[in-house]
Amino acid sequence: MKTIKEDTMLKINNLQVNINNKTILENLNLEIKKGEVHALMGMNGTGKSTLVKTISGHYDCQVMQGNIHFKNKDLLQIDVAQRANEGIFMSFQNPIEVPGINNSYFLKTALNEKRVYENKEPLDAMAFLKYVKEKTSHYEIDQKLLQRELNNGFSGGEKKRNELIQLLLLNPDLILLDEIDSGLDVDAIKTVANVINGILDGNKSVLMITHYDRLLELIKPDFVHILHQGKIVKTGDYTLALEIDEKGFEAIGIKDETH
Amino acid sequence: MSKNKQLQEFINSDYALGFETLVQSDTFAQGLNEDVIKAISAKKNEPDWLLEFRLSAYKKWLTMKEPTWANLHYPTIDYQEISYYSAPLKPLNSLEEVDSEILKTYERLGISLEEQKQLAGVAVDAVFDSVSVKTTYQKELEKLGIIFCSISEAANEHPQLLKKYLATVVPKGDNFFAALNSAVFTDGSFVYIPPNIKCPMELSTYFRINALNTGQFERTLIICDEGSYVSYNEGCSAPSRDKRQLHAAVVELIALKDAQIKYSTIQNWYPGDEAGKGGILNFVTKRGLCQGDNSKISWTQVETGSSLTWKYPSCILKGDNSVGEFYSVAISSRAQQADTGTKMIHWGKNTKSTIISKGISAMQGSNAYRGLVRVAKNADHARNISQCDSLLIGNQCKAHTYPYHEIKNMSAKVEHEATTSKISDEQLFYLNQRGINEEDAIAMIVNGFCKEVLKELPMEFAAEAKELLSLSLEGSVG
Repeated sequence: MKTIKEDTMLKINNLQVNINNKTILENLNLEIKKGEVHALMGMNGTGKSTLVKTISGHYDCQVMQGNIHFKNKDLLQIDVAQRANEGIFMSFQNPIEVPGINNSYFLKTALNEKRVYENKEPLDAMAFLKYVKEKTSHYEIDQKLLQRELNNGFSGGEKKRNELIQLLLLNPDLILLDEIDSGLDVDAIKTVANVINGILDGNKSVLMITHYDRLLELIKPDFVHILHQGKIVKTGDYTLALEIDEKGFEAIGIKDETH
Repeated sequence: MSKNKQLQEFINSDYALGFETLVQSDTFAQGLNEDVIKAISAKKNEPDWLLEFRLSAYKKWLTMKEPTWANLHYPTIDYQEISYYSAPLKPLNSLEEVDSEILKTYERLGISLEEQKQLAGVAVDAVFDSVSVKTTYQKELEKLGIIFCSISEAANEHPQLLKKYLATVVPKGDNFFAALNSAVFTDGSFVYIPPNIKCPMELSTYFRINALNTGQFERTLIICDEGSYVSYNEGCSAPSRDKRQLHAAVVELIALKDAQIKYSTIQNWYPGDEAGKGGILNFVTKRGLCQGDNSKISWTQVETGSSLTWKYPSCILKGDNSVGEFYSVAISSRAQQADTGTKMIHWGKNTKSTIISKGISAMQGSNAYRGLVRVAKNADHARNISQCDSLLIGNQCKAHTYPYHEIKNMSAKVEHEATTSKISDEQLFYLNQRGINEEDAIAMIVNGFCKEVLKELPMEFAAEAKELLSLSLEGSVG
């Protein structure tokens, strides 16, 4: 098996992904090194969400060709839960409501699954609550969310905050953010940025999908990729995001063909 | 795919209680006629009136037809192919005399019949095929005037009480299966709580079907005299066999003035395999009578087993201000079919009833809630709240809801709410993405769905119920 370099977090080679027999991603290559922040931009329907879902292992995403390596592991050989426990976290664009499950019980279960996977002792209820406090107290995150049912009846902003709580507790290595800023007001976007910047320690990496410049301004990406018709057509640094924000995708030669 | 194969193995191995006990038994030849009934009665040294009761029930049964209105499909039952009595051969006068194989059976089921080894605060009546092998803590309870024994023992030791109350809630001709039970019932528990006594421990009966081709027809009667209270639990299991076995029980509860009965069931009969082969056919009549004012009867059931369930634990709210409750979780996975629900009959004034039913269908399972709320003409200010929720897992299963309302009093307030939801792939993906595997994720969602019912179970049984729920659904995705 081909090994990847020590400082590589994620390496995608020649990836083709179909959903319902339709090709969504094609000949896609991407490498993310430890400590790097990558932003993924592009018009609607170009396959941005499909890419993060494929990395997470979503059942709808059929990998037809290519491979994905994560920290030297062949990702396509392991299932969704294992990928998560290996250190991949995906923040959902629309976090799913699961009635009947107490949020704090869910968080404790998820955390302990990961701890057991890493051969650590699971935390009991007391230790868990202490851990939650320790992890979230620096941020503007309402502890009351813990007592409610998982995302059930949460407002859009509360759901995104709950994603941040999970991110802080699970402490992943690769953070996939699917439009975490959509529907958030300025203050909430600041909280998101504070959390992301707060946990970046030089070893964690981020792949974020966003349409808005505001979040990129607060979390300066090292790389910006433009996805178009299932391929990365352009890669640049933060200035590429500024250019798109100012002039739109057409200015860099991308036409919206869906209209 | 190898994943599917693993899941298949899961399904085939998950009924852990499917073992058989090798014990010499006295089993009647298959078939049913008056002589068989006389023989059962003779085995139990019953008084003449009880034999008369059996024979008249049998005559009635012969004129009745098996009900077909339920949403259940099964091959015709040949009642002449069933043996109506089976008992371990050794006499059963004390625990020392109980066949060690039977003791081991209960140990394997997690029930110790030696009092010092038991969970504190739970008295057990253990019924093995047609006889009760042991009732624990009888002496302790006797000091309070509480009677907890097998129904056969009650026929000899407490004939007045038995005669006074037997078949007063479920008459012998009530329905086809109740009539059959009245003719051939073997063992079950008898409980009497004297006035103003709160039974200090959980009373519990564990039913085990062991013998092949044998039907189990237990009969339970619980009477709570004025101002008394009891919490009673039943559990059931059976060996895994290719051939279906019939279980037709009758349970009667009577609560006098100010009395309360809490009746909990964890039903885990062998469910049959994924093709629908084998398993217990469970036709049960359970009914409680809130006879006195301010009395209360509460049914809680977790139905995970049986290949087929036909069961409607009901309350007749006769006393003024009496309260009936029904909390139910029913799972149908593989090829299981369940048609279950309740009847709340409001006769008294200011009577209240609550129905919370949670049906879960997975694989090819079919689940139906069937419930009747009847408010009689004089039942002023009756109040009912019903909530029936169905959860679907996968896309081959079925859920049905059949609510019936007969309201004859204008002051009644009756509410019915029903929902059907599906565990979505997106919910599973969400939990999986947080590191929780599929089986655990489903168990979590299902437990969340059943929460309101599970919290009604006594603590010792709630843990068992949760575990059963996840076991019953193992392998239901893939």
